[in-house]
Amino acid sequence: MNDMTPIGGVTTTLKDWETDQEVRWCPGCGDYAILKAVQRTLPELGADPANTVFVSGIGCSSRFPYYVESYGFHTIHGRAPAFATGIKLANPELDVWIVTGDGDGMSIGGNHTMHILRRNLDCQILLFNNEIYGLTKGQSSPTSRLGTNSPTSPLGSYDRPASPCAFALGSGARFVARGFDVSKELTGVLKAAYHHKGAAFIEIFQNCIVYNKDVFDDFAAPKGAEGRQLWLKNGEPMLFGSEKSGGVKGIALDHDALMLKVVDVIAKDDGTPDWKAAGVIVHDVTNRSVAYMLVDLRATPKFADFPMALGVIYDDPRPTFETAVADERARASKGKTPDLAALLKRGQTWTVES
Amino acid sequence: MATAILDDVMVGQPAQAAPEAMVVRFAGDSGDGMQLTGGQFTLSTALAGNDLATFPDFPAEIRAPQGTLFGVSAFQINFGSTEIETAGDAPDVLVAMNPAALKTNVGALKPGGLIIADSGEFTRRNLEKAHYAVNPLEDGSLAKWQLLAFDISKLTLDAVKPFGLGNKEALRCKNMWTLGLALWMFDRDRQPLIDWLNGKFAKNQVLADANVAALNAGHAYGETAELSGPLRQMHMAPAKSEPGLYRTVTGAEAISFGLVAGAQLAGLPMFFGGYPITPASAILHNLVRLKEFGVTTFQAEDEIAAIGSAIGASYAGHLGVTSSSGPGIALKGEAMGLAVMTELPLVIINSQRGGPSTGLPTKTEQSDLYQAVYGRNGDTPMPVISCRSPSDAFECAIEACRIAVQFMTPVILLTDGYIANAAEPWKVPDPASFAPFPVSFLEAKNGPNDTLLPFARDEKGARPWIKPGTPGLMHRIGGIEKAPGTGNIDYSPESHQAMTDARKAKVDGVAQHIPHQDVALGETSGKLVVVGWGSTFGPIHQAVRRMRGKGFDVSHVHVRHIWPMPENLGALLKSYEHVLVPEMNTGQFKTVLRDQFLVDAKPLAKTSGQPFTIAELELAIGTFFDGIPGNEGGEVPADATQLPSIEAVNP
Repeated sequence: MNDMTPIGGVTTTLKDWETDQEVRWCPGCGDYAILKAVQRTLPELGADPANTVFVSGIGCSSRFPYYVESYGFHTIHGRAPAFATGIKLANPELDVWIVTGDGDGMSIGGNHTMHILRRNLDCQILLFNNEIYGLTKGQSSPTSRLGTNSPTSPLGSYDRPASPCAFALGSGARFVARGFDVSKELTGVLKAAYHHKGAAFIEIFQNCIVYNKDVFDDFAAPKGAEGRQLWLKNGEPMLFGSEKSGGVKGIALDHDALMLKVVDVIAKDDGTPDWKAAGVIVHDVTNRSVAYMLVDLRATPKFADFPMALGVIYDDPRPTFETAVADERARASKGKTPDLAALLKRGQTWTVES
Repeated sequence: MATAILDDVMVGQPAQAAPEAMVVRFAGDSGDGMQLTGGQFTLSTALAGNDLATFPDFPAEIRAPQGTLFGVSAFQINFGSTEIETAGDAPDVLVAMNPAALKTNVGALKPGGLIIADSGEFTRRNLEKAHYAVNPLEDGSLAKWQLLAFDISKLTLDAVKPFGLGNKEALRCKNMWTLGLALWMFDRDRQPLIDWLNGKFAKNQVLADANVAALNAGHAYGETAELSGPLRQMHMAPAKSEPGLYRTVTGAEAISFGLVAGAQLAGLPMFFGGYPITPASAILHNLVRLKEFGVTTFQAEDEIAAIGSAIGASYAGHLGVTSSSGPGIALKGEAMGLAVMTELPLVIINSQRGGPSTGLPTKTEQSDLYQAVYGRNGDTPMPVISCRSPSDAFECAIEACRIAVQFMTPVILLTDGYIANAAEPWKVPDPASFAPFPVSFLEAKNGPNDTLLPFARDEKGARPWIKPGTPGLMHRIGGIEKAPGTGNIDYSPESHQAMTDARKAKVDGVAQHIPHQDVALGETSGKLVVVGWGSTFGPIHQAVRRMRGKGFDVSHVHVRHIWPMPENLGALLKSYEHVLVPEMNTGQFKTVLRDQFLVDAKPLAKTSGQPFTIAELELAIGTFFDGIPGNEGGEVPADATQLPSIEAVNP
């Protein structure tokens, strides 16, 4: 989606989106890469700093607005979607970005994440998932894997993790995507999210190098990555891997079990993979049923065989909340004049003579 | 006054001997439509030119089992040809639609008062549900009152027979029959009610006709009964009021209108974020219907999202408003701190109810004063205003909007369940008579060398309001402590001290921009001052008036601005020998007054979920003049004769 015309039409450079504030994340934190990806993407989108608002809650990720030269509101723990809703309803012209984390957006603020998605407020929600509480010094989070050692789970965590993208779909999200901090495809995902009219939910796997180092190496480590990452592209077959990683594979539907399966793809005579013969599915970003299966690949017992589904998993817009609110207000106001003096005199009144 | 009714007026006296005031209580099953009956009777009373005050009381349960004691819903109205400030102490007339309503309310009725009972509902089953072993209409136990028992159910069925309604639907017209009788008793015009019924049932003419028939039948019954029984018609002269156009208004309506007016005076669109909670929801319901005034309403997923969205809207340049009751306000606490920290305007309305926790959702109390003044983490000063009556709520809402935008601060507006639901006549104000307080947003950099200072301060200590979308003024705000001026993150000791002091000074400074404290009744010095706030205004005012009439040196001071308080309040209170503070809590405002002014304020606490009666306050005032040391102040016990009836709440 790199070739989309910037809709903001404002010319800026990466430098224009940097503030004079010293960045206070730990050296080597994945947040730096995400910040750069966002600052690189905004000029490409033609976004206007004066018309852009970054809203965050509390946590490492929520310091993000301080480092972007736009309007920014660092609010309270888990509640960024509520503030964003008020901002967007008050001024629908603003580009609203929400930056949250797995603790902020899935635990204390899970309720607000659900409701902003079901209402479909036009905004981008970047959920930095590092599967740990960073700013409070390393407690296990609602996305921590079973057995995560932490100050609150010294013998390993025993509560099962939530899946942010499955949660988003279940909440009614119309745009669900995934990326990870250092992935070069992240800017493309951000652009797609920006162009989606409605609530766009992006789970960004982020490496917390202090408390949960390299927890995503099972799919994000550069070595062998192509065999463990399925980068989804609309209209293209779901292929991953190469000869180097043990052969080209694809995702197909197991019609008997009604679930996805991994299939080997044999090359045709001309060397291109014969994915049709292998029954590999073509990615359709509007297919909600397949989206449910894609976000949950890791939850299946056969996870070890599956790659991590990344990129734009689902993208099927429908009318936004702020449009509905404005429409309703227009309908309710139709034919009425805002005359307060007249309103107060409406209904049954009586006059006391002097 | 309301309690000094001529007991013999109802019986055997000609109509011209009407009293100055009369208290009528309608009580029935929650399904009997008593609140609606009371509301329409109120309107008819207002249209007749009487002054009035009402007390609606209904169970927390939506549809309590029929006929039970805890399912009784009651509506009391005090009306008269003189100034009415309270819903009245004991009723003169009780309309009891079933045994449970009689049982839970008859104790309150004045000796010699009139009971009108629907004998058709006094069946064995209903008597059992009300824990009556014997039918009280027949065993002489009601001898100290005048009893008028007749089969309203059957009379209603007869009246609506021609319309072919089912039995259940037909019986629903009972309340209109009863209202018809009440209208006859007080010589009221039926036409406004008939118009209202035709409007209400515009889509079902049969129901409209049946209800009108029931209303007329009840009215006709009065005329017949007058000829043969103890019932007499009376005509009450209109109250002397200031000339002008009047209407009735509830507190929830007045606040909604006041918010709309406040937003207009500020020149802003309004954003209201709310979450359903009793008794605050009525404000959201009202504002939803006022969208043509640039009002955006948002029913949020919870109380926190309600205030969060309102703060977000304020940040984006709207006048943000949120509203709740005590438990919801507790949930909003953290976000209120953020509004203080980011110095954004916001109006927070608390319709107080009995607490703590869920407490008494449908009953009134004033026990959230500490919460309003102190209830947040950190040094988090916030102006607090309280309204005293439904009509006062209009001005208070405007005042809350003014302070919020002029000082860039959240403001708490305290009302309570009683004010929210109660109705009173209201001289319709002219919105143009209020001084506008237009808001200006920062449009260009305000610091030296082309810098932006989002936390620069004006002469009031307020920072500039900068809307996102304004070119060149990009900046970041948040809940972390910040440097003065720039607002950049800064937890240094100097910055925290400077910003804490600046936030406090700003809110303290509001005192210079509010009216001086006046004396509601009496002198500016003397033996005793009774200090009130909120909905205790009515009973305190009447009690002080009566005691002054009896020659006692007592004055009434009513405080609207709870925080900061008027600059002269301390000196004023010190000019009296004694200070009595009646409150529907254990003495919260008393403690604040003691703390702020070192005055020996004595508490008078009432924590039964019932408002003060005038008699209770007269008694309490008397203790300062009886020569007995040490009996002043204290606690007023629950009153079995008052609403909510103790038996209905706890059968």
